[in-house]
Amino acid sequence: MDLEIVKYAVPFLLVGAKTTLLIALFGIGFGFPFGIAVGLGRGSKNRMLRNSCDTYCAIFRGTPMLVQIFVIYYGLAQVSFIRHNPVLWWMIGDGLHAAIIAVVLNTGAYTGEIFRTGFLSLPKGLIEAAEACGMSPWHVFTRVKFPLALRQALPAYSSEAAIIVKESSLASTITVLEVTGYAKRLMSETFAIMDIFIITAALYLAMNVVALTALKLLERRLLLVR
Amino acid sequence: MVERGWALALLRGSAITIVIGLLGMSLGFVIATPLAVLRWQKVTVVSQLVDAYSIVVRGVPGLLVIYLLFFGSVDWVKTITTAFGYQDSVDNAYPYIIGVIAIAAISCAYSIEVIRGALQAVPHGLLEAARSLALPGTVTFFRITFPLALRLALGGINNVWQMTIKDTSLISVVGLQELMRTAAIAAGITRSPLLFYCIAAALFFGMTAVSQNLFSRAERALNRGFGGR
Repeated sequence: MDLEIVKYAVPFLLVGAKTTLLIALFGIGFGFPFGIAVGLGRGSKNRMLRNSCDTYCAIFRGTPMLVQIFVIYYGLAQVSFIRHNPVLWWMIGDGLHAAIIAVVLNTGAYTGEIFRTGFLSLPKGLIEAAEACGMSPWHVFTRVKFPLALRQALPAYSSEAAIIVKESSLASTITVLEVTGYAKRLMSETFAIMDIFIITAALYLAMNVVALTALKLLERRLLLVR
Repeated sequence: MVERGWALALLRGSAITIVIGLLGMSLGFVIATPLAVLRWQKVTVVSQLVDAYSIVVRGVPGLLVIYLLFFGSVDWVKTITTAFGYQDSVDNAYPYIIGVIAIAAISCAYSIEVIRGALQAVPHGLLEAARSLALPGTVTFFRITFPLALRLALGGINNVWQMTIKDTSLISVVGLQELMRTAAIAAGITRSPLLFYCIAAALFFGMTAVSQNLFSRAERALNRGFGGR
């Protein structure tokens, strides 16, 4: 491996890593609560809500992320209502914002699926017991359902977090220069394709390891029996 | 839309997507099987190498793997083809070949994990029973372990396939004219990206829905003798 190329490429890739981390953090920060809401919606007694959450999950899990990001960035920009609404245009018009929205919507569907099974796995008796104690639905959720479902869902969610980091690479297709975008540029600039690949792969692996370790620590902290 | 030939172009793109997905998935699976067996048998060094390959490819975006294979292969493919004088025919087929290889390389890494997990999940008692019958190792593997593991792997294979068919869309960024690329071209020419990307999404959704259905049926058929889960 050529040291010159490493010295040249690493600063660019680190700048890209910031964008990747930004997208991933927003993806986890917004996607996680959103996914929980979707998971709850899919188990709700209200049929309208349940069906719309099911449809949302099916659509976002059944189509490639690339299509989703293109529909949001290029497709929605065509709708004149969105173009003339300053708030919506701020959300869609910029590549970075559109990428974050696409990542949040995409991960929301997968997280919704994870939490749906998490909520399904809860023993019915526990919830009935909580209701029998006179807990309000909100209390049942915050004190019983959520803590238990979270522990159930966390292992699956940690692989979803790693997927978010990887999916954020698709932002490079809508002109956002994150790690993969910079890697592509450096590859065609320096022709040191293997070297760039190795550095970039190491960066991604490092980010994934950090995310997975953080969630593993959280998982251990949340263990009921220590 | 129909009279301008976009419908036909999109169908052709879908066909290419499906063919590349199937070829890539099959190639990946064929390569993954022996690698998974090596990994499962814990052959020193080889096992670790397979592990490293699978960790790197699964930890890195598919887009990056595709860039590596496309940009990394341009040079030597050109040298070889000009040396043999097949310039034109290879120039046309080149993106398809590399596309299939890229999809295979990605799906292979996931298939390895699926097959390895399935091999490990085969009940140990069955293998001991086979050994007590003095069956040779290869017979035990091909007659007992592998068929049983294949049933256990079906759910995982379904997941890998769903992911693979979606990953084929990534190849569009390097210019291969599959469904996504066709939609992008149509969107550019007609200036109605919303329509064409939504159609592409619907076509992808159709593909994943149909294959999900087929896999559910296969699962039911394979589980029939096992108390039908």
